[in-house]
Amino acid sequence: MSDYNFAYLDEQTKRMIRRAILKGLAVPGYQVPFASREMPMPYGWGTGGVQVSAAVLCPEDTMKVIDQGADDTTNAVSIRKFFEKTAEVATTEATDEADVIQTRHRIPEQDLREDQILVYQVPIPEPLRFLEPSEVETRKMHALEEYGLMHVKLYEDIARNGAIATSYAYPVKVEGRYVMDPSPIPKFDNPKLEMAAVQLFGAGREQRIYALPPYTQVVSLDFEDHPFDPSKADHPCGLCGSEDSYLDEVIMDDSGSRMFVCSDTDYCQSRRAAGHVGHQGVPFEEVSA
Amino acid sequence: MYVAVKGGEKAIDAAHAWLAEERRGDTAIAELSVAQIREQLALSVNRVMAEGSLYDPNLAALAIKQARGDLIEAVFLIRAYRTTLPRFGATLPVETADMTCDRRVSATFKDAPGGQVLGPTFDYTHRLLDFKLAADGEVAEAPTRGAPEEATPHITTFLKQEGVIQTEVDSGDTPRDLTREPLELPADRALRLQALTRGDEGFVLGMAYSTQRGYARNHAFVGELRIGTVDVEMEIPELGFAIEVGEVELTECETVNQFTGSKTEPPQFTRGYGLVFGQSERKSISMALVDRALRWEELGEDNMGAPAQDAEFVLYHADNIQATGFLEHIKLPHYVDFQSELELVRKLRAEAEERNGANIAPQQEAAE
Repeated sequence: MSDYNFAYLDEQTKRMIRRAILKGLAVPGYQVPFASREMPMPYGWGTGGVQVSAAVLCPEDTMKVIDQGADDTTNAVSIRKFFEKTAEVATTEATDEADVIQTRHRIPEQDLREDQILVYQVPIPEPLRFLEPSEVETRKMHALEEYGLMHVKLYEDIARNGAIATSYAYPVKVEGRYVMDPSPIPKFDNPKLEMAAVQLFGAGREQRIYALPPYTQVVSLDFEDHPFDPSKADHPCGLCGSEDSYLDEVIMDDSGSRMFVCSDTDYCQSRRAAGHVGHQGVPFEEVSA
Repeated sequence: MYVAVKGGEKAIDAAHAWLAEERRGDTAIAELSVAQIREQLALSVNRVMAEGSLYDPNLAALAIKQARGDLIEAVFLIRAYRTTLPRFGATLPVETADMTCDRRVSATFKDAPGGQVLGPTFDYTHRLLDFKLAADGEVAEAPTRGAPEEATPHITTFLKQEGVIQTEVDSGDTPRDLTREPLELPADRALRLQALTRGDEGFVLGMAYSTQRGYARNHAFVGELRIGTVDVEMEIPELGFAIEVGEVELTECETVNQFTGSKTEPPQFTRGYGLVFGQSERKSISMALVDRALRWEELGEDNMGAPAQDAEFVLYHADNIQATGFLEHIKLPHYVDFQSELELVRKLRAEAEERNGANIAPQQEAAE
């Protein structure tokens, strides 16, 4: 791939993206417009994350790409291959070996460190979008800190259903200022948004970048009498027995019986390698043998 | 026994190998050459160049071949390629008044300097399938006539002489570049026109059609439609003057619209403008209608709340590469967010059942 520059984008474009990232880090939660480029994968398939990753990757970095928590889902494979080809960086599936982790819809179970960067793919960066379709209006609402509409929506959820009916892309408030969309991660992941690593959010089609510096205060919106509840399936993982990881549900047979397994494949595998066995699993050595 | 999904990489490789085979089709049938596509499917090539924002008939033809004839996919290939090209300057604005016209029609004046030239058009053909084409595509040579001596000035120049059409003022500003800066609103006319000329033909057509049917109606006359080639010139700093670097085929449409005047403007005609790469008539007329509808604010017209008047709506949804990418992404895995929705629905149902007691029949687990 010597026809293309390191990590595909030319240096000027990367500089433009880095400026947007720095601005995003300086104003946590604020959506910075950037001149998103057309990438060789479709809009909506991670072009924002790919551009952010391309702008922060260094040749000596090791990269990990996950989609739905898993390293082997097709789009994660495709994006990992893209960087193997265009940046020739080392890649890994191990969370603790990665310098840059690009993710779609999950935060890894394992705590991240200060020297790691987590890059999110964001479909709709605007948390107010489904309450107000106009970008001109929502930018005004952010500028004026006019978030009443969001609280009314959450209140109406409670009035109708007895609970807040948002289970993913659950809105958060950053450092008491900007309401931010954490991308469609399950609300189970929301408490992990306060972390040691740098978190960068890239929305390619919508041309926005935003960021959370390490240890930024991130509060999930709620009410005193209806506190935020980061729920998950009430089961242990069938393979590794973990009680505290986010679980995918798998349909096992024609009669619809279910099995619950960790969505974070690296986490599940590490636990099984360390000897944990769930009630439907087998010891790790037998599988890898 | 479930082990954990693996094999994404192998599946992708196999899918792509199959795709390549399907693209080629039956190998007993001769392969299509890029030159054949360029010459014989020229209107597809034009559309790909226009929406791909890259004037290169050979590359567009290659993209169509690679995309198995899916024009939006071909536009996508061209756009992705275009991103990687270095930009070493900008050309001077092309002078469409000096266009060598293959076609030039006006719906507002029966005749005008330069004349009415039908050119290679589908207009007035009877849309009857020509079964002879299935057997033999050879055609007799068309009669020719020398290029006219006289110039072909824009029709609107005659209206301008009389002062009955609004004068367009050149602000002298360098227009913002949609491909290098994020689209931010409000968008001025130059930016709107950029978005429209690379917008999806079907979308722009639908928007234009809606104005004709009464959603922000601004009755448009096709003042002029011209198709032909123009010289492209570029100023070379080392030389200190402009030189011709090539020529491009363009379709230009200027509509003349009624305007009854406003508080600030006397009654006069106004314009809508369309300019598209290649022979792209439908697109350029559509563009001119939508352009005119989007000008309601600067002309002091009422906002009828019509979709074609809403610049944010039009500009954010005209790009088919953005639209198709986002639309098709919903076939990507959404296990995680769906799982969280599933948990929530189960929880809300359980709570509702608890509240309503025996009023709701018990649900079977497997039926969820």
